[in-house]
Amino acid sequence: MTQTSPRRRIRWATVSDHTILILGAILMLAPPLLAFISASHDAVTIHREGIQVGFGDQLGANFQKAMFEKGGFTQTVDGTLMLMNSLILGVGFAVGKIIISMMAAYAIVYFRLRFATLAFWMIFTTLLLPLEVRILPSYEAIQRLGLTNTYTGLIVPLIASATGTFFFRQFFMSVPEELVEAARIDGAGPVKFFIDILVPLSRTMIAAIFIIMFVFGWNQYLWPTLITTDESFFTLVRGIKQIVLSYTDAQIPEHGQALALAIIAMLPPVLIVIFFQNWFVKGLTESDK
Amino acid sequence: MAQVTLEQVRKVYPNGNEAVQTCSFEIPDGEFVVLVGPSGCGKSTLLRMVAGREEISDGSLYIGDNIVNDVDPADRNIAMVFQNYALYPHMTVERNMGYGLRNRGIPKAEIAEKVREAASMLNLTEFLERRPSQLSGGQRQRVAMGRAIVRQPELFLFDEPLSNLDAKLRNQMRIEIKALQRRLGTTAVYVTHDQVEAMTMADRIIVLNQGRIEQIGTPSDVYNHPASTFVASFIGAPPMNLLPASVGADQALTLADGTVLSGRAPEGAPASVLVGVRPEDVVLGSGDIPFTIDIIEELGALRLLHGRLGGAAFSVSIGKDEQAETGEVKIGLKQGAVHVFDPTSERRI
Repeated sequence: MTQTSPRRRIRWATVSDHTILILGAILMLAPPLLAFISASHDAVTIHREGIQVGFGDQLGANFQKAMFEKGGFTQTVDGTLMLMNSLILGVGFAVGKIIISMMAAYAIVYFRLRFATLAFWMIFTTLLLPLEVRILPSYEAIQRLGLTNTYTGLIVPLIASATGTFFFRQFFMSVPEELVEAARIDGAGPVKFFIDILVPLSRTMIAAIFIIMFVFGWNQYLWPTLITTDESFFTLVRGIKQIVLSYTDAQIPEHGQALALAIIAMLPPVLIVIFFQNWFVKGLTESDK
Repeated sequence: MAQVTLEQVRKVYPNGNEAVQTCSFEIPDGEFVVLVGPSGCGKSTLLRMVAGREEISDGSLYIGDNIVNDVDPADRNIAMVFQNYALYPHMTVERNMGYGLRNRGIPKAEIAEKVREAASMLNLTEFLERRPSQLSGGQRQRVAMGRAIVRQPELFLFDEPLSNLDAKLRNQMRIEIKALQRRLGTTAVYVTHDQVEAMTMADRIIVLNQGRIEQIGTPSDVYNHPASTFVASFIGAPPMNLLPASVGADQALTLADGTVLSGRAPEGAPASVLVGVRPEDVVLGSGDIPFTIDIIEELGALRLLHGRLGGAAFSVSIGKDEQAETGEVKIGLKQGAVHVFDPTSERRI
């Protein structure tokens, strides 16, 4: 008895752990799963009966239409184009943020700037001023520069990143000083040191920040809505709404297609996180200096 | 190859802290000089000034015939080996060693040739394709050495290069570094806090304490004629025994409890002095000085006897063949065993 009772207690703990985990997983997975199942029905069924729990026969058709049927007000934009736009925004956003914030952190950490600390904290306080707070002046500026309906206007105003600068600053500060000195004695100037030493050293960090920023950029909604009126610049996240609202005049909204598009919109971030998981964890926790 | 000259060099930090007091010395071409001292004594600061990692507040530094105070580290033609190796973790051994040459625009074939040569000298040939993380501590340190020698610098700088290695490896690398420096004939400045490294590797030792040079001399000089009580107690393990004594009319040295020592104070010594005796300069059982042994430490090759002499702590080191037991014994001092220091200036008299 004395031997079995602790064992049984451990088993109960395991059971409750797993119950919680399974419930959590179901809670997280149910909405996309329901969306996927419902995407296999035609618009009328969904409109009349709501979200479906059994598969219908329209799955292929809905995905096909969502991706390739020209739609929107101008009948020029299809899912593929929107996917493309989303990718451009996500990648441009992430790469831009990494370049800008790495260079900012490099300047702050390695150069004896007079007000480096002040500059860093000023960058850091912009965390308190997200896009939503400064959206009107930002729009005004972009509009006056004539950058509405361009990828530049879509991406550039978003790439200054306090988070990225902060992460890179912390990372650079943990690079041993001797490495910097060794590189200096080896004749590496500032640019060489950055490219030959610092960038390769930061690669896990870069990967981690790329993932975060890509997903963040991919999910942007407000800014693209404001800055692009031309449908050929629509992103997936915007496109879903477009389908539901105004695919064709007075018909029942194409719920099936919208759900199919939602599933597609979810895939790239999920895939990126799955494939780069290891890098992600490494980048944020350890470093191989 | 080059000699290094420091002229009235001094380092003061903006907060007023004087890390290195004004000092001048010259390191002739090909000499192996060790800067030794406890942590915070300014030895690393001095080395960093020579390397160009630290600005020189006052004075001039010559490498060869040129003043290099304002010359960039890359242009001083020096190479440095660091305590934590400071290898580039993402580069292979080969690229680590060749990086400095690559930055100087030397043709690839020549770099490969030089790297191979250095690698074979250091027994690293089979590791050329590995990354530093796949090497042991000793191998990493050898790569760091290789990186230093491929450039054929005028001056090697070593910043406590053996401190991260275990004791056995340290002894081995000590010999390797010394042999390599001999073979290449390159001037070397070596910083360490370990007096054994200093004694074994140096052509000349510079002992530093609180930013001041206590003594410059060959290892035997520094050991046999310490210039101050600091050097006396820093160099040698166990350290030199230091006892307060008074100087009598005929320059005889008398300890606090009336014991008279066999040595004599030199002319001009003050009335009270500090007497230093190396633990191994004592002969057991052949003199008339009473020594009480409290603890015996067995070290294999020798035995350390810790106890009291004339009311002060005193240690004696004897060979493994000599016997000793706790309790009182009579000891004598060898010829010339007594060093006399001024108690206020702590300098040798």
